Amino acid sequence: MSPTVPGAKDQVARLLTLVPFLHTHGQVRIDEAARALGVDEEQLVKDLMVLLMCGLPGGYPDDLIDVDLDALEAGVIRVSNADYLARPLRLTPTEASAIIVALRALRNGAKDETREVVDRALSKLEAAAAEGSAATQIDPGLNAADADQALLAVRLRGAVDRQRQVRLTYYVPARDEESERIVDPHRLLTHRGLTYLDAWCHSAEAPRLFRLDRVAEAVVLDTPVSVPDATARDLGDSLFTSSSDTTPVTLRLQPQAHWVTDYYSVDDIRAQDDGSLEVDLQVADERWLTRLLLRLAPYAEVIAPASYGDAFTAAAQDALRLYR
Amino acid sequence: MSTQKSERLLNLLIMLLVQRHFVPKERIRTLLYADSSTDAFEKMFERDKEELRSLGVPIEVGQMDAYFEDEPGYRIRPDEFALPDIDLEPDEAAIIGLATKVWEHARLAEATTDVVRKLTALGVPVDVSALDIVQPRLSADEPTFDVFFEAVQERSAVEFDYVRSGQSEVTSRRLHPWGVARYSGRWYVVGHDLERGAERVFRLSRVQGSARKVGPPGAYDVPPGTVVGEVARRLAPAPSSQRAVILARAGAGVPLRRDADEITSGVVGPDDRTEWDRLVTNRSSTGLADELLGYGADVYVEEPATLREAVIQRLSGVGGPAGGAA
Repeated sequence: MSPTVPGAKDQVARLLTLVPFLHTHGQVRIDEAARALGVDEEQLVKDLMVLLMCGLPGGYPDDLIDVDLDALEAGVIRVSNADYLARPLRLTPTEASAIIVALRALRNGAKDETREVVDRALSKLEAAAAEGSAATQIDPGLNAADADQALLAVRLRGAVDRQRQVRLTYYVPARDEESERIVDPHRLLTHRGLTYLDAWCHSAEAPRLFRLDRVAEAVVLDTPVSVPDATARDLGDSLFTSSSDTTPVTLRLQPQAHWVTDYYSVDDIRAQDDGSLEVDLQVADERWLTRLLLRLAPYAEVIAPASYGDAFTAAAQDALRLYR
Repeated sequence: MSTQKSERLLNLLIMLLVQRHFVPKERIRTLLYADSSTDAFEKMFERDKEELRSLGVPIEVGQMDAYFEDEPGYRIRPDEFALPDIDLEPDEAAIIGLATKVWEHARLAEATTDVVRKLTALGVPVDVSALDIVQPRLSADEPTFDVFFEAVQERSAVEFDYVRSGQSEVTSRRLHPWGVARYSGRWYVVGHDLERGAERVFRLSRVQGSARKVGPPGAYDVPPGTVVGEVARRLAPAPSSQRAVILARAGAGVPLRRDADEITSGVVGPDDRTEWDRLVTNRSSTGLADELLGYGADVYVEEPATLREAVIQRLSGVGGPAGGAA
């Protein structure tokens, strides 16, 4: 981490990756190389100009690395006479630590089958790291990454791309039960930090959103999807809230329950003088609301409709009776 | 940016890489620094070597042979310079792609991306484009994290001001950091406290102002067998994980069952409406009461008494005056 002229150092670092990349891939279009290496195209051409002036000590024209300028004019990079830079530089201690710690974060808290994959990747990378990596001295702890869900996302993305049906075992919290269904996956999307699979559900015979953290199991089948993704759905907030079958509900939330307004989509929030909030929201499933209110007990109450309030009070009394 | 300097650095690297023997300093000067005075050469050459080394280029210093007496020579061994071959199975490549999305820390996230670029240059494809769906969660927001991370890599002493939990007095500390560990969402540094002469743990969020590396790298050795995470957990305040015994109706409480250490079926429950199972869990007590309350009359808390009381208390408050007295 020398503070002096980082420009030249960074340029050399880029070249030490670019040259082996070209060696491995042969001639490559400028835009492809720029994308693969995360370098701006203009910068990439400047970097290549530096390469022209480098080579074996001796100073004969044959000693220099050759960059085909005619090809470059046509948008193609062709470099020769640089075989000694055919391989990228070893991982630096920082790179090795960063990737190894990230992998260990993925490993912690993952299922056995995921751990086994991480372990194989780790042992290969550790062998490639420069000496002096202090990766073992950096402990990412638990809950720093969710590898199971991430791998699930990758698999489901694959099913979307290949248009294959998926058998989902899905947990429905409103009913506190797991159920199995066949779905036609259409896309993955993220909303408020949660990832969803947007799919056609053959059990419901309707489009449904599945939260990935509630998918217990997903098997990608060989059968192709049968319901095409006809409706280009609006991916805004509306997708996650109002459907025709919702009931408007008004709640009063004490401060301990205010987080609900950050977490769920609400129509209106009115602050009250006593520090509580009055909140309007659309509820599609009364069981979902009852569970939410039990979870918040006793810091939330139903203002309207009264029948929902009665159902919640009855559920709380039912639970309390177990202890009496 | 000095293009000339880039050329010089790369030419120096190539020269040292292609020679089988140590290259004498004088020859390096003649070929690459011919226009510079002796002083300027010494300065530039020192800095150039340092910059190449900071990129990870292993420049070796050695004696040429007896003939050149004490004139040092330099070389880079190709086998130490180059990334060895790596073959990745598709699932291994996928998990390494995921690893680039783990850090919520700009510099370390970039470092993981650089790893993938090197693998790409080696011809090992790692597709990271499909992974924008993954949320980075390994954050390191503490301003001093980078200094401690670097100091651990380099084995450099660190000086900083610190305020202990529950106190207001600021003390200055000098530490040989052994490692950093994340625990309950916070980063700690573990090491040998030079003032106290003992192992200590410090929470990075309690470090006041900036932390400074002092003295040369390689200043100390980490005691063999040190497991940083264990030291942090041993010395840091106790975690809030709690053993709980919960009864759940047969088939209910699916997420609880997934986390349970032990499940006993067909136990005697608080009523006869259904069969009951006993679950033993061991997890953070944060939010546990909320979660259990959500199941209503489908779960029943046996232990611990504090959790049981909390659940009864909160259920009793329902329907009370404006959310109860709690």
